[in-house]
Amino acid sequence: MAPAKSETLLQINDLDVTFEQSRGDLQIETAHALRGIDLTLGRGEVHSLVGESGSGKTITSTCVIGLLPMPPGKINHGQLLFKGRDLLKLSEAERRKVRGREIAMIFQEPAKYLNPALKVGEQITEMVILHLGMDKIKAGERALDLLEVVGLERSKRILKSYAHELSGGMKQRVMIAMAISCNPLLLIADEPTTALDVTLQLQILKLILKLKNQLSMSVLFISHDLGVVYNISDRISVIYAGKIVESGSREDVFSKPLHPYTRLLFLSIPEAGKGGSRLRAIPGSVPDAEHIPSGCAFHPRCPIAEDICRTEIPRSRNNGQGGAHHTAACHLIGKKWPD
Amino acid sequence: MVQYRSTTRLYYLAIIFLIILGAAALAAPIIAPFNPTSQDLDNRFLGSGLRHLLGTDNFGRDILSRIIYGSRSALLVGLISVSIAVTLGTLVGLTAALSGGLVDNGLMLFMDSLLSFPTVLLAITVVSFLGYGLVQVMLAIGVIFSPVFARLVRAETLAIKTEGYIEASRSLGSSTLKIIFWHILPNLMGKVIVQCSITFALSVVIEASLSYLGLGTQPPTASWGLMLKDARNYLVQAPWMALYPGLAIALTVFSFNIIGDSLSERFNPKIYR
Repeated sequence: MAPAKSETLLQINDLDVTFEQSRGDLQIETAHALRGIDLTLGRGEVHSLVGESGSGKTITSTCVIGLLPMPPGKINHGQLLFKGRDLLKLSEAERRKVRGREIAMIFQEPAKYLNPALKVGEQITEMVILHLGMDKIKAGERALDLLEVVGLERSKRILKSYAHELSGGMKQRVMIAMAISCNPLLLIADEPTTALDVTLQLQILKLILKLKNQLSMSVLFISHDLGVVYNISDRISVIYAGKIVESGSREDVFSKPLHPYTRLLFLSIPEAGKGGSRLRAIPGSVPDAEHIPSGCAFHPRCPIAEDICRTEIPRSRNNGQGGAHHTAACHLIGKKWPD
Repeated sequence: MVQYRSTTRLYYLAIIFLIILGAAALAAPIIAPFNPTSQDLDNRFLGSGLRHLLGTDNFGRDILSRIIYGSRSALLVGLISVSIAVTLGTLVGLTAALSGGLVDNGLMLFMDSLLSFPTVLLAITVVSFLGYGLVQVMLAIGVIFSPVFARLVRAETLAIKTEGYIEASRSLGSSTLKIIFWHILPNLMGKVIVQCSITFALSVVIEASLSYLGLGTQPPTASWGLMLKDARNYLVQAPWMALYPGLAIALTVFSFNIIGDSLSERFNPKIYR
């Protein structure tokens, strides 16, 4: 296998995932959750994956960390190159070594992701003991250091408390402490701020950015909140119905969106300063993964769709618009909008 | 609120009673005033008195001493059979919940079929296969109550399995065994302990029933069930022979049930305390 470019940490190539569910007696329905995802994440980069619910954001992240439930999930083809190594070709034991040690994950609702029967300290030290082989005393010291790193008080009292004794923000910080306890190279953040209130959101985002720089991690940030994404990302990929429809640097995507879906997404953000006009919503909803429209999956909702959109799946391309690494999967890049 | 206070008081009373009972069982040779098996045919059917606090039975044996010694077999049977039931049931329940599919169906079908037999009947069947005696009784009771634990553990594990913290732990590289011991078992403990308490009570009753039927503890060893069996023929003549061991059984069972109920309230976060 050829070594990947030195600055690339994770490269997802043409990842295709289906889910098979049996409905009734003999019927098996296949849901096409990911239809060939391509994504490149450089070292020290924050790459956001944006999309509506059901678009395949979380499935992508569970594939990367290796927790896709199989069955019903099935990876049909694709590559997950992490430091040039295809994660999909590793054995379960090898993957377990990568998990937590090199790739870690934080989740949406910290309350649900901390064990209510264990003290917080035990949960933080769990990973250090497992992956770094520290003894309990050293691990306890490490846990105290980690508390400080994630902006909590350096106190044994916190380590001795149970999850329900902590506030929501503290819980999220504890979860981040667990995730970064082994200095991972890649942190997957699956909507880590969605369950928090707005002031906390900002704090946690700042913390993630600070840690990214401190530990030179890369972050795969999964969100549907474009405001949050704008604040944190270096690069953005927009996912729709299991396919990346647009990818580019934050500036490019926000200032010159190429794909009509991205443009409509931006139009649907409420802006504090701009009162008066009605909020635009994208008509229709995300197609369910069992019935993905032919051609470009977005065509039924697209205001500028033409015949070709209904029949041919568009390839990702640049078409001279936008920056060098700014691509979109649309036949009609550059077409005038009716407005 | 008033209701709750009275149950707490009962809860502590029950705990105190069981502590006394446990201490008596441990210290039986020291505190029992008489040898529980030595007969004194001159002093048969004595009522309560200073020498024999709870009277004597048809062989002139001291009833108090026999009750104290009888608590040994009652508690021993409870302890060991509950341990067997918990171990067996937890193993089966965990295996079923974690493997799913055919293994799950097969194991639970077997467990449910065990559960469909009347308890004492099944105990008699097991004992008649294994032979009479205390050890056999413990094994029998342990096997009989394992399905209850298996079902409980399976149901709880299925629920816990989907919790976020399991996924989080896996995302940090934990193995399945680690997850079982670290995340699943501690979260099961509350409900299992409650069930233990209730099962303990039931196994005390079953031990007494089997001994009463002559299948459990063999004479002359003291056992509450055996004492009731002896008392049966003298109910009119010497009712205390049945009264005291009956009371011992009733209070023990009652205490375990009270503790089980209180614990299940305590472990249930939905009930306001």
